Amino acid sequence: MTTRNIYLDHSATTPTDPRVVEAMLPYFSEIYGNPSSAHSFGRRAEAAIETARETVARIFNCKPAEIVFTSGGSEGDNLAIRGVAWRARKTQNRTHLITSPIEHSAVIKTVEQLASVMGFSADYVPVDRHAVVSPTALQAFCQDKTALVSIMYANNEVGTVQPLTELAAIAHEHGALFHTDAVQAAGQLTLDVHQLGVDLMSISAHKFYGPKGAGALYVREGVDLVSSQTGGSHEGGRRAGTHNTPFIVGLAKALEIAYEEQSQHLAHYRHMRDMLVEGILARVPDAIYTGHPQNRIPSHASFLFSGVDSSKLIMHLDMRGVAASGGSACKTGNPAPSATLLAMGYPPEEAIGTLRLTVGRQTTEEHIAYVIDTVAQTVEKLRKLERELGL
Amino acid sequence: MTNRADIRVVVAMSGGVDSSVAAALLVEQGYQVVGMMMRLWSEETTDGGAHNRCCTPEQMNDARRIADKLGIPFYVLDTKDVFRNTVVQYFIDGHRGGYTPNPCVECNRQIRFRYLLQNALALDADYLATGHYARIRRDENGIYHLLKGVDQHKDQSYVLSVMGQEQLAHTMFPVGEFPKPEVRKLAERFDVRVAGKRDSQDLCFLGDGDYRRFLTDYAPDVMQPGPIVLADGTVIGQHRGLANYTIGQRKGLGVQYHTPLYVLSMNPHTNALIVGTADELGCDELVASRFNWVGGTAPNEPFRAEVKIRYRARPAPALVTPLASERVHVRFDTPLRDIAPGQAAVVYLSDECLGGGIIERSKT
Repeated sequence: MTTRNIYLDHSATTPTDPRVVEAMLPYFSEIYGNPSSAHSFGRRAEAAIETARETVARIFNCKPAEIVFTSGGSEGDNLAIRGVAWRARKTQNRTHLITSPIEHSAVIKTVEQLASVMGFSADYVPVDRHAVVSPTALQAFCQDKTALVSIMYANNEVGTVQPLTELAAIAHEHGALFHTDAVQAAGQLTLDVHQLGVDLMSISAHKFYGPKGAGALYVREGVDLVSSQTGGSHEGGRRAGTHNTPFIVGLAKALEIAYEEQSQHLAHYRHMRDMLVEGILARVPDAIYTGHPQNRIPSHASFLFSGVDSSKLIMHLDMRGVAASGGSACKTGNPAPSATLLAMGYPPEEAIGTLRLTVGRQTTEEHIAYVIDTVAQTVEKLRKLERELGL
Repeated sequence: MTNRADIRVVVAMSGGVDSSVAAALLVEQGYQVVGMMMRLWSEETTDGGAHNRCCTPEQMNDARRIADKLGIPFYVLDTKDVFRNTVVQYFIDGHRGGYTPNPCVECNRQIRFRYLLQNALALDADYLATGHYARIRRDENGIYHLLKGVDQHKDQSYVLSVMGQEQLAHTMFPVGEFPKPEVRKLAERFDVRVAGKRDSQDLCFLGDGDYRRFLTDYAPDVMQPGPIVLADGTVIGQHRGLANYTIGQRKGLGVQYHTPLYVLSMNPHTNALIVGTADELGCDELVASRFNWVGGTAPNEPFRAEVKIRYRARPAPALVTPLASERVHVRFDTPLRDIAPGQAAVVYLSDECLGGGIIERSKT
C-alpha cells in the first residue's frame, strides 16, 4: 500500500501556516472579548481587528476603512456585486452587469440571480483560447446603463491572469465600477489596488496559508454598498455580524507572511511548476497545457488529456498518493464539461479530460518527479482502459 | 501466502445494508478495501429532481459516511452514458421486439461485471466485491463455481448467471455466505446501519417506478394500440400497446369473454396481442440464446437440471440440451404458464448455477 501523500491542490486550499495558527490562538480563550464591547475585553479584541485591518490595507495600498472583513471569497463576491448593483439601480438607474463566462460560481450565480429575479441584464465577455478577456471585447459590451464589471484576477481552473488595469479603465470610461475576484491571485500577485485600478476586490485567507472561513473585501472610498447581511453596524455598516477575531487575525498574519516572503515562495513555485509542466508535456502524448503559457499564477499548471475522464484520473492519482483536481471540485461522479474550457473554445468531448496541479511551499523536486511518472502511467492506463471498453 | 493487506478489493457500495456489510466484512478480514459507487443514468425531469434510485444523493451520502466510518477511500464512478447506451437501450429495444426484457441481467453483463470490474482492475484491485446473495467456490482444478446464496429466499444467482470464469476469478460476494437476518445483525455489529431502505429496487432508472409511462415517453412506438386476437385470429378487442403486457398475464386485458383469458404471445410485426384460455397457455419448452456457461464450455450431452424462467420463479425440473451458436433448448417436465421471451432462463444443478441465456421463444 502506498505511503505517498503528495498534495498538489493548493488552488483548492492550502494548509494553515503554523505561524498563523500561533497568531490566532490567543484570540479564542484569552482575548475573547466582543470587539464591539466598550470594556477592556472588547478593546483588546478591537485592537487586534484594527491592527489586522491596517496590515491588509498596507498590502492593498489602501486605507484601513476601505477593508471589509468577510467569511471568505464567496461572501466578498456576493457583497460586492449585489451591493453595487442594488445601489446603482437605486441612485443611477444603472441595471446592466458585465462579467465573463470563466468566473467562479460565486460571481456567475450572483449575476445570474440578479438577472433572473431582480430585473438586471447581464452580458458575458468572451475569452480567447488562453482564457484572456480582451479589452476590446469588453469595450463593446459597456453601455451607459452598466453598473458593474466583474472580472477575476486569475482563473482557478487554468491559472490565466487578466489584464485588470486595462479592463478596469474601460469600465471607468463608461461610469461603471470594477470588481475583481482576486481569490486565486492573493498571496502571489500584487494586490495594490491603485496599480490595478479596481474599485472592489475580494480575497480569501485559506488560499494563502491562512484559515478557512476568513476573507476580505476592498471597497474603494466613495463606493456606497447596499449591505446584504443587515444587522449591527459592524464594518462600517457594510457587513453585520460579530467579528471573528481569531480568523481575522489569521488572515492578516497569513497575508503579511505571503508578501514578506513573496519572492522566495514565487521562485520556488515557478521552479516546481516549470519542472512539472516540462515533464508532463514530455511524458504524456498529446497533452495540452491549458490557460495562458506565461501570464498565469506561478503555482498553477493545468492540462487536458484526450481520451481520459478527469474524475477517474483524480481517483487513480489519489489511490497512488497524489492529491490533484480536475479543475474545480466534483466528488459526485457527475462530470460536466468545464464551462471555462468550453468558453475557451474546447469542444465538450475534450473538456472532460482536465487535470489541475497546483504546487505549494512544501512541494519538492522529488514530489514533482513522482507525480510526473504517476500521471504519465495513469493517463496511459486510462486511455487503454477506455479503448478496451470501447467507449 | 499473500498477505490480505496486499490484496486490494473494490467494493461496489450502494449505500444499502448488503453492500455496506460486505465492505465491513472485508475490512474486518484485513483486505485493502476501496469503496466505489456507480453514478447511473436516470431520467431527466424538468425540475432536475429525479435520480437513479440506485444512487440518489442520500444513498451517496450514506455510502460515503459508511466508507468514512470504515476508514476506506470512497469514489463515485461516472457510469451514466455507458449505462444509458447499454442497459436502458436494451430495455427499450427489448420491448420494441415484443420481449419482456430483464435489464438487471444486462446490467450485470455490461455494467457491473464488465465496466465496473474493468475499472476496478485498472485501479490495481485484485477483486471486485458486491452485496449480492450468491457464493463463489474454486475447485481443485481451478474452476470457479457460482452457487446460490446461503439464504435461499434472497438468492440472486439468477441475475449473476451472465458471469464467466474471468469475472468469478476476480469477484467476491461476502454476504452470500450469510442468511439475511444474520446480515442485519452484522450491520448492527459493524454499526453500518442505513436509513431503513427497501432491499432491492424495481428498475432503478425509472423516475417514478412506472415502466409503462417510461416507454410512453422514450419509445412511444411500443405503446401503440393494436388488436387483441385469439389463436385462430379472431379479433376480440384492442390493447394499449404490447409493452403493457407479459406472457401469462390475466388481469387488465379489458376484454369480455366467457372464460378467463391469458396472454399467450405477442407479435411485434402485426402489433397483435395473442390471448387464449388457461388450456392454451402452458408451454413445456423454450430456446434460450446468448447462453453463458459459467464453467466456460457447454456440456456435450443433454442433461437433467432445474431451470428458473424468472427471478422470482421456482426452479422447474427439465431436460437441458445445448445447441449450436450459444443456444440451449429446455424441455420442462410439466408445462409452465409464464415463459416470457426476454427473461433469462437459468440452469441449476441443486445449489449450483450452471449458466443462463435469454429466452428467445417458448415454442420450437
